[in-house]
Amino acid sequence: MERPAWAPRSIDISVPSVSRMYDYYLGGSHNFEVDREAARKAMEFMPGLPKIMQANRAFMRRAVRFAAAEGITQFLDIGSGIPTFGNVHEVARAAAPDARVMYVDHDPVAVAHSQAVLQGTDGAGILAADLRKPGEILNSPELLRLIDLNRPVALLLVAILHFVEDADDPYAAVTELREALAPGSMLVLTHASYDGIPLPPERAEGAVDVYQNIRNPLIMRTRDEIARFFEGYDMVEPGLVPMPRWRPDTAPEDEDPYAFSGFAGVGRTA
Amino acid sequence: MSAEPDGPEDRLRRFATIWSRAVFPVTSTSSTRSEFEARLLPLARLLSRALRARSFDADAGRQAGASLVREHCTDPEALSRTLDCVDAYLVLYCGEDGDREDLRARSARLQHAMAAGFAQALRERTLAEQEAIARAALEAQGVVAQALHATEARFRAVFEGAAIGIAIADLDGNIFQVNGALRRMFGLSEQGLRGRNVRDWVHPDDPPQTWRLYEELVSGEREHYHLEKAFYRPDGTVLWTNLTVSLLRDADGEPQYQLALMEDTTERRLLNLRLRYEATHDALTGLPNRTFFFERLEKALGAGEGQRFGLCYLDLDGFKTVNDSLGHAAGDRLLVEVADRLQACATAPGEMVARLGGDEFVALTTGPDTRRTVDELAARIMNALLAPISADGRELTVRGSIGIVEGPAGERSPAEVLRSADITMYRAKSAGGNRFELADPEADARAITRHGLTTALPTALDRGEFFIEYQPLVHLGDGSVRGAEALVRWLHPQHGVLSPDRFIPLAEHTGLIVPLGRWVLEQSVRQAREWQDRHGGAEALGPLRVNVNLSPCQLTHPGLVQDTVEILERTGVEPDALCLEVTESALIGADDDLLKPLRRLAEMGVDIALDDFGTGYSNLANLRRLPVSVLKLDRSFTQSMQQFPADPVDLKIVEGIVSLAHSLDLAVTVEGVETGAQAEQLRILGCDTAQGWYYARPGPPERLHELALVDATG
Repeated sequence: MERPAWAPRSIDISVPSVSRMYDYYLGGSHNFEVDREAARKAMEFMPGLPKIMQANRAFMRRAVRFAAAEGITQFLDIGSGIPTFGNVHEVARAAAPDARVMYVDHDPVAVAHSQAVLQGTDGAGILAADLRKPGEILNSPELLRLIDLNRPVALLLVAILHFVEDADDPYAAVTELREALAPGSMLVLTHASYDGIPLPPERAEGAVDVYQNIRNPLIMRTRDEIARFFEGYDMVEPGLVPMPRWRPDTAPEDEDPYAFSGFAGVGRTA
Repeated sequence: MSAEPDGPEDRLRRFATIWSRAVFPVTSTSSTRSEFEARLLPLARLLSRALRARSFDADAGRQAGASLVREHCTDPEALSRTLDCVDAYLVLYCGEDGDREDLRARSARLQHAMAAGFAQALRERTLAEQEAIARAALEAQGVVAQALHATEARFRAVFEGAAIGIAIADLDGNIFQVNGALRRMFGLSEQGLRGRNVRDWVHPDDPPQTWRLYEELVSGEREHYHLEKAFYRPDGTVLWTNLTVSLLRDADGEPQYQLALMEDTTERRLLNLRLRYEATHDALTGLPNRTFFFERLEKALGAGEGQRFGLCYLDLDGFKTVNDSLGHAAGDRLLVEVADRLQACATAPGEMVARLGGDEFVALTTGPDTRRTVDELAARIMNALLAPISADGRELTVRGSIGIVEGPAGERSPAEVLRSADITMYRAKSAGGNRFELADPEADARAITRHGLTTALPTALDRGEFFIEYQPLVHLGDGSVRGAEALVRWLHPQHGVLSPDRFIPLAEHTGLIVPLGRWVLEQSVRQAREWQDRHGGAEALGPLRVNVNLSPCQLTHPGLVQDTVEILERTGVEPDALCLEVTESALIGADDDLLKPLRRLAEMGVDIALDDFGTGYSNLANLRRLPVSVLKLDRSFTQSMQQFPADPVDLKIVEGIVSLAHSLDLAVTVEGVETGAQAEQLRILGCDTAQGWYYARPGPPERLHELALVDATG
């Protein structure tokens, strides 16, 4: 029998979670042994995984600053995970003190943690929802209380779309979100890819298999496939590039080779 | 802050740069290198001051170590690289002019303190984060548990509050959960139902597939089944349900439980049975009705080889009189009593009695030997009606006519059988009633033709299937043709030419006689006109007249006079060229109202002939009253004159009638003249006009013209 829609998914912390693995890669302790075990297994194939995560965080930081500099004060971060440091609202507030941030995640533990962290923080909130059901995000009272969809929003899809399988039609979800956003909104996106990984593909596939085994498949897409997510957006310079090459603060040459894995880009709607 | 090249500040910055270069690759910070270096500079300054302070305090080292953790240098490698860096460069870049030995000792102590500070801060941070994530997990689980609890509570409310009965059992049939609706249906407590086994619920009315479906379900071959099932309640009464049983599987698809949903249909079923009973039984007598009877008859006729059926169709004789004289209530009581007696006649298996409506009943017998049983059944019925029935204080004698149809199954439809029985019953009735007759295919065929003709009549007139033949009327005195009788014929597409006795009674019955009669009148008068036009020479004999028959129905039709006048005027025929023939029986007991149109026609000059005179109740006294100018003697009087010598009594009677007629100023016409001797005899007796085969058979109008022409020339 199919589970009714209103019955929530149960929580099994004996199953690794990608958000807690992400925290572990970033040196955090918001994780359990199962998470660390899976992360260590993935790192056996790709020792530089933490550097990729770090590059993601660094790109997000630059992109948020860029958006804020362009006058955007509303941020929708889907797949926010477990906030440790350098969160969107901290970065955004540094540039625009009145910035508002809506975090969205479908991992109940990540949501509960975010709630604890954001307690007493005005202008930032967390919503338990799924990128695969954009309607539930866009129509939620939590979001509508915080975000004015008639004004531009920076939509952050950082290191999340590679967890949405084609069967769930991530392109349709991204389109639906775009259509709900006011003109002048931005899409901030990073996505995993075999392109740029400084390893033979078999090694990288070993890491991908780890995610497959924890039933959270990692979908590696090509640059063209990733570029399609920006349909309806005008790419902001320098376009869809490896993370360290997107408006760097320091010379990309100094970056760890792993940081060049995958792609990052920012687009803006007309 | 500007720094003098190679001054203390510049050297401090160089130390910080070396330090950040060493540590940055192992940090997790999202800051840039320069941002990170800027964060390390205060820590370097702290260490530098402690190194050269007047009184040494290692606490600065602890602070710097803790600060590293705050800058997200949580990797132990960051501490290792930091200590390497401090050990190698702190004294070198920040020692200034102090005593080297002393400075090195201080540096060592600072490193120890840094390690301790780092470890403590990392421990605290790790513990705090572990606690945070554990609390988050707990909280999330709480939320889920709460939602699950709410879900379960909702499910339980649905389960308990559902209007349909729900039971859950394992695959061995052990019931372990039932809801309130189900308990109420069974009139049982939870304990009374729990622990019972589904297999105990066998009921004699279970459809044969019931337990096969059950076995298929519990063995996993079937996902669900649905049927109507009866259960015994503990008090012995029966519960009828609409039952749906589904197989519940676990997450791996293995069969685990069975779920029964049942809806109490006992009331509905009773209502259905009652409605079914009402729909198939006669409200007055309680006997099966026409619907029910047809179902049974259909079944009997559809039975297999060797099976036969026998049907008695009973109609009470004179029931209408009872109803009319004693009232419907008495009639109803009579019917109820008859129904009861009939019911007692048909008690054997395969026998039934039904009321078709009114006073019509049927009794059916089935089996291999109905040739015998149906006769016995009819005899029993006749016998049952023998004893008088008391109604309204009177003893009523009831008689009935029965038509019997008997035969093998599988040859005829119920409608055919019933029609045959109906026809046969009428045969019994017209044979005097109070008897039974056996169906006869020939009699059936005749009756069926009659029925067919009746239904074909209305369209026949529109299609021009009727035509008229004329039989000459000859003056006995001189043998001249004086006119002709118009006789209508029907050229039926299947049956060929039909004479009036085949269809005029039917036309009378259906009322079609009025338009048909008008058509005949118009055609005949038009024909008379034609004869006049072509036969104008024989003026001395007067115009050729035409005789047209009027049926009793036409007599009472209000348009008779007007129609006749219009036709005569339209064709330009004088009224005295027309003779309307009316049967004696139609005028028996006729009052003035009925005679009025005839009188008016007679006054206009139309002759009225009294047809078939002498067959009915010939009221001679009445003759004076009638506007009649011609008597047509029935052929029965002339028949005896075909022999020689003729019966003297017949001769006297005819002579008397002629004498009477002439004294009343009536002309006499005789029919059925077939021989010359006959004709001569009738002439001697004083008859005026004759018709018959001796002169001519009925034929087309041209024939008459020819005959008349012969008269005129010969």
